[in-house]
Amino acid sequence: MTSTRTETTAQGEQTDRVRLAAEGVRLGYGDRTIVDDLDLEVLHGTVTAVIGPNGCGKSTLLRALGRLLAPTKGHVLLDGRRIDRMPTKEVATVLGLLPQAPTAPEGLTVGDLVARGRHPHQAWYRQWSGDDEEAVAEALAWTGIADLAERPVDELSGGQRQRAWISMALAQGTELLLLDEPTTFLDLAHQVEVLELVDRLHTERGRTVVMVLHDLNLAARYADRLVAMRDGRIMASGTPAEVITEPLLREVFGLDARVVPDPVAGTPLVVPIGTHRV
Amino acid sequence: MAAPTSDTAPPPVRVPGRTPVRRGPVSGVWRPRNVLVIVVASLVLLLALAVNIGRGEFPISIPEVLAVLFGGGDAGQQFIVLELRLPRSLTGLLVGGALAVSGAILQSIARNPLASPDIIGITWGASAAAVTLIVLGGSGLVGSLAAVGLPIAALVGGLVTAVLIYTLSWRRGIQGFRLVLVGIGINAMLAALVNWLLIIAQVYEAARAQVWLNGSLNARGWEHVVPVGLALVILVPAALVLSFVMGALQYSDDTAKALGVRVNTARSLLLLVAVGLAAVATAGAGPIVFVALVAPQIAQRLVGSARPPIGASLVIGAALTVISDVIARTAFGAVELPVGVVTAVLGAPYLLYLLIRQGREARA
Amino acid sequence: MAVGTAQVAEAPRRPPRSKRSLRTRRLAGLIALVVLLVVVVFLSIALGTKVIPLSNVWSALVSPTGTEDDIVIRSLRIPRTVLGVLVGAALGLAGALIQGHTRNPLADPGLLGVNMGAAFFVVVGIYVFGVTTLFGYVWFAFAGAMVASVAVFLLGAAGGRGSPTPVTLALAGAALTFLLSGLVSAIILIDTDTLDAYRFWNVGSLAGRDAEIAGQVVGFLVVGTLIALASAPALNALSLGEDVARSLGQSVRRTRVLGVVAITLLAGGATAACGPIGFVGLVVPHVVRAFTGPDYRWLLPASGLMGAVLLLAADVVGRLVARPGELQVGIVLALVGAPFFIALVRRRKMMSI
Repeated sequence: MTSTRTETTAQGEQTDRVRLAAEGVRLGYGDRTIVDDLDLEVLHGTVTAVIGPNGCGKSTLLRALGRLLAPTKGHVLLDGRRIDRMPTKEVATVLGLLPQAPTAPEGLTVGDLVARGRHPHQAWYRQWSGDDEEAVAEALAWTGIADLAERPVDELSGGQRQRAWISMALAQGTELLLLDEPTTFLDLAHQVEVLELVDRLHTERGRTVVMVLHDLNLAARYADRLVAMRDGRIMASGTPAEVITEPLLREVFGLDARVVPDPVAGTPLVVPIGTHRV
Repeated sequence: MAAPTSDTAPPPVRVPGRTPVRRGPVSGVWRPRNVLVIVVASLVLLLALAVNIGRGEFPISIPEVLAVLFGGGDAGQQFIVLELRLPRSLTGLLVGGALAVSGAILQSIARNPLASPDIIGITWGASAAAVTLIVLGGSGLVGSLAAVGLPIAALVGGLVTAVLIYTLSWRRGIQGFRLVLVGIGINAMLAALVNWLLIIAQVYEAARAQVWLNGSLNARGWEHVVPVGLALVILVPAALVLSFVMGALQYSDDTAKALGVRVNTARSLLLLVAVGLAAVATAGAGPIVFVALVAPQIAQRLVGSARPPIGASLVIGAALTVISDVIARTAFGAVELPVGVVTAVLGAPYLLYLLIRQGREARA
Repeated sequence: MAVGTAQVAEAPRRPPRSKRSLRTRRLAGLIALVVLLVVVVFLSIALGTKVIPLSNVWSALVSPTGTEDDIVIRSLRIPRTVLGVLVGAALGLAGALIQGHTRNPLADPGLLGVNMGAAFFVVVGIYVFGVTTLFGYVWFAFAGAMVASVAVFLLGAAGGRGSPTPVTLALAGAALTFLLSGLVSAIILIDTDTLDAYRFWNVGSLAGRDAEIAGQVVGFLVVGTLIALASAPALNALSLGEDVARSLGQSVRRTRVLGVVAITLLAGGATAACGPIGFVGLVVPHVVRAFTGPDYRWLLPASGLMGAVLLLAADVVGRLVARPGELQVGIVLALVGAPFFIALVRRRKMMSI
């Protein structure tokens, strides 16, 4: 994929380019407002992790960034243009989104699932071009599931299934990727595996990634920037070392914890205090 | 990670199970099982057509049928084939195909195998209009007036019902599930209306309504073939084009939107096509039940796909209807049954057989 | 109360309050249903072609003196009302059960083939055996409902992996329903006399049903109700998925078999007595779920009560709108119930099962 390679060089030149931005957005469902007056900028070539307690509006924010939810106030800008005024198919060639716990119809094969990621590049008469096939084959190989291509998705293990979905988002070939809790339901080894995949997407392909994560330590390890949310507001954002601090953990999560350097990566490591064996 | 990184191994270019077919700008996936099902079902359909044209009170052999179709045969044979049996068979073919495609679309949109025009009220809308005309129109409704008035009333009834269902289920977008529920509600009202009309009617009117309610190809001529055929020529290609989006609509709405699908627009267009097909078919031959539900399910199981395939559904629906017509016309001597009776009696056991076979495979 | 809310407002999380309000809501809902039922029962006894004042209703109930009103009430209105309550409750319960077992919110007892099975046997009874009385239909209808629902269950099980899945059950039910309706149509098209008798049975009605018919089916309905109510905990476990239910020590197969038995007894008995009455089984659980939530220990009794209220109310309306004749309850239910159901579907996000 030559386009991504030029993109990687472009990344070195202007890392501070804002790809995706939320400007004073208010988000909610029906009468219920979940996020209000929120600003956020996602820089090119970064991995951003959104953290925060359950129900703080992380997924809502991600859905708005991916134009799945229209803000009742404010705007979301993609490369400086209002995302709601762009044709949705055009957005889909630049920005991919993997919802939390996505569902596939019964009996669908992995190959067909991943191929569906090519939808924005296709037309009704052009459903399987050479480019499509190349992108899908590469996405399958990249996620290590090429030999599962003919298996039905519902027969896969949790880790394999998650890789299939990431593979689909990858086949979409977008420079921006929004992932909503890509590690849910996975054991620790598979969580690391998925995040390694995200890391390689970022370092080898120059993709810009925004993901919602629950595990603070993994977030600190794999993200360049953290955004900590509570009650629909951003409480802190910056590098992991700036965000993961003992006072902030208390403020955002109501958690008493010690923060020590991660013995492997040197990133902050959260050690909860709790009440037992202290 | 067992995956090879992109710089150590060049990526393979083939995706297993998705062999390409490409010609110029056109490309698609070669699905041999789908093509096989369509070819076999088409052959069965042709055979059924030939038998249907040949059999009857005046039997005509298949070579003679072919001779007539190519301009030969005597005047009697020409009349029977060209004016009676051919248009009737073609109406069956077209109506069956239209219902099957309509069902395939609805089942895909609603992600529910029970969603078909007979269940969400469109067919009953047509029926209610037709039965109202039969019962309240009374004796004034004979001959050509019935031939012209009934289909038009049915068509209008079906379309009005569809608009009503659509409007009532629109709430910041169209959702398959809500659509089906609203449809069931409307369906219940219309069914009650029809049953009430049947009670207040004279018994001979009730009997006439009952014939219509079961879907009949009796006395269908070219005046039925042409409108249904025209509708199919427009709507089936539209369905095939739109079926491209249907694949993405199979996922959750969020995934589909993320793939750049305008979910509400796509769903509304698909619905329009499905409703058009069902309403036209019902106007042409009355509500031939079960074809719209069973043909897509049979097609999906034969093809082994994740959603009802449009092309295979079309051919299987057409074949089922024509075969049913052969049986309805000729199996019971002088008594001719409405074709809808036979589609149900024929299609249901086959669906059950497929269901049981699938269960056995799942257990093995 | 004010103190309570103040405390709650300070607490960061609010499970205690929502739990209490849920129970309050459920209790209030049940009480409201009971009150409503009493009201419709009285209306059902008092209203009809002849409107009887409430004082006479009361005297007919407690101290009958053999006046004309007393006779109308004791020999016509009371049996009809009792039957309405029984059948309505049975249909409501059966609906809740089948939606729970198939986990398909579109399911109603008709899906198991109950209505068409009954209809087919009734038509055979009329056509072959010359049965023409309501009393005679009852056994044919009940046998048909039994045979059909057992067949659907077995076919659904054969299509699933050992036990029926929601999809195989729905498809088997739809297939059998259409098959039987085809056969019914064939018979009534061949024989106009059968059509004439059948079309009146085919719209469910409480009219003309006397105490004897109620007596024939009451046993089935009571047994069905007991099995249904006893199966509430099992259904709760099952609503979390078959695997969770098994890990909680449930025999999924036994629960399913009992479920089918209960549905058949309830819906089959109801159909046998009154003919096919649609819509109660479909709508009632949705309405009730709005205040009970998904807990079957509340959902089932509330569905029974609601079913009785709905059916009886529809019957009363049917008696009033077309005087001196009457509109069959099945028709009233669809014409009044359907708009209500649609409004419900529109108003809230339907609770998935």
